Amino acid sequence: MAPTAADLTAEEVAHVAKLARLCLDPDRLEAYRAQLSSILGHIASLKSVDVSGVEPMAHPLSISNQLADDVPGPTLSLEQVLMNAPAREGAFIAVPKVLDEGSA
Amino acid sequence: MVALAAQVRRGAIKSRQMVESCLARISAHDKSLHCFNQVFADEARAEADAIDRRIARGEEAGVLAGIPIAIKDNLATRLGRTTCSSKFLAEYRSPFDATVIERIIAAGAIVIGKTNLDEFAMGSSTENSAFGPTLNPWDPERVPGGSSGGSAAAVAAGMCIAALGSDTGGSIRQPAAFCGCVGFKPSYGRVSRFGLVAFGSSLDQVGPLTRTLRDAALLTHVIAGADHRDSTCVNQPSDILPSSATLGELTAAQLPSSNRRVRIGIPRQYRAGNSPAVDAALARAVEALTECGCELVEVDLPMTAQGISTYYVIAPAEACANLARFDGVRYGRRASLGATDSLFDLYAKSRSEGFGPEVQRRIMLGTYALSSGYYDAFYKRALQVRRLIKQEYDAAFARCDALLGPTTPTSAFLLGGCTDPLAMYMCDVYTVNTNIAGICALSLPAGFQKLGDRTLPIGLQLQSQAFADRDLLGVVGSIVERAISPAFALASCI
Repeated sequence: MAPTAADLTAEEVAHVAKLARLCLDPDRLEAYRAQLSSILGHIASLKSVDVSGVEPMAHPLSISNQLADDVPGPTLSLEQVLMNAPAREGAFIAVPKVLDEGSA
Repeated sequence: MVALAAQVRRGAIKSRQMVESCLARISAHDKSLHCFNQVFADEARAEADAIDRRIARGEEAGVLAGIPIAIKDNLATRLGRTTCSSKFLAEYRSPFDATVIERIIAAGAIVIGKTNLDEFAMGSSTENSAFGPTLNPWDPERVPGGSSGGSAAAVAAGMCIAALGSDTGGSIRQPAAFCGCVGFKPSYGRVSRFGLVAFGSSLDQVGPLTRTLRDAALLTHVIAGADHRDSTCVNQPSDILPSSATLGELTAAQLPSSNRRVRIGIPRQYRAGNSPAVDAALARAVEALTECGCELVEVDLPMTAQGISTYYVIAPAEACANLARFDGVRYGRRASLGATDSLFDLYAKSRSEGFGPEVQRRIMLGTYALSSGYYDAFYKRALQVRRLIKQEYDAAFARCDALLGPTTPTSAFLLGGCTDPLAMYMCDVYTVNTNIAGICALSLPAGFQKLGDRTLPIGLQLQSQAFADRDLLGVVGSIVERAISPAFALASCI
């Protein structure tokens, strides 16, 4: 069964924020904890629906494997691809070091 | 719009005149209303002159010849910026045009500007914009609805002839209702989503906000149709209007017609919890439709009540996956970092600074619903209820051509008047199930509510089955529009 709204703890909210790649101050976390609890309390109404034997519907259209012809077409230039990059080094996008010294 | 485009093609009026008249409305009123994030005044004038010159030379100019159209700022345009009204994308420039932009430009339309929205289209009031709210032209103390609030308000205020919006759970129809416009959400798969910044990929559709049903039909006709860049866009382009109808003076008689009696279903669940003014508008519509020969049938849609719960699992789940791309690495806002900050810090700080509270809330909700241990209880169950909602609609459409009800339970609410996120979500009770099921729906102006010295529009919604867009915009919609829509000049609202 789904957890009840009361089950949403500060630790859970902090964990979800980390999964969502958000760093939030304690006030913001507490505000979201209260609001998400209230929303989840409403969503709990789904538990009252009898869904036994019902196939989940992920998408309105029953289409699959739409294949495109394998023909070359125009693409964006390197300059167009990089025009919005916040930090560049030549033809590359710069980010903080990912690997420790020596481990590469 | 159909008549205006025909006059431009005949040389009877100049596109430049229309552009100047829209720009004059914008300079008079947009400082206070804030419908636009950007206005392309110089570019629009140059494009209009180019269209006028082509027509003077006797060249073909397209079915939207010279028509100024406003674009919701979550549709990618090479012209200007594509911000989604988010700090994250405040400086973002798209290297390509969305398919719908390519299509309206090819049809001769003039892109006059990019309109304000709730950040990433998440909201029902346009108050969630990082650049400040849009005000309702009928009453500047009230919201225009959302998330396509800028587009709806711009149409209502005469700042454009028509606008494009996007609708994930009511984001075209609800602002259309609040601003007295026509708004149409096409069936899922009818219009290409390529270049629409994704929110809920199984729910999003692009559609028109216009002054009349015919305008909505013409604009849908131009943007609809298969696109190899969106594999979920499935059908053929010539499906909405007969081709003769887009070129001439389109009249109601030229719309696809049927001799059969139109049957309108009224779900009993759509009569509960509305404001008295909305209930009265629905009662007037039922009476008018009966008088003009429609058959009205009561239908039962008990799953209506599960719509908000289902939507607020599926939409945030899809949103948290779609918005994962905004990581501060390749484009958009990157937070300034300290010497010891890691790649994780780059992601988390950029997202925390760049996204506003509602976007963060929905990302958190979606992440929670998809997280280990909760997936079956929330996401899978919501998808099962989604199928039940679809089945219930299918059963209803076996008994009627379209379902009629309110677009929203109330008319436009006050700015700052709805601060609880859950209460805001409940505004969309009549619109979310359309997207959940992938069917099409239309909001039509259906009267007014007097509130002190203000007049607020009320909208009614017609829903029809998937890929019945042509009938809904044609025979069914035009009968209902004639019966329920009051005659009024939109630009008179300010």
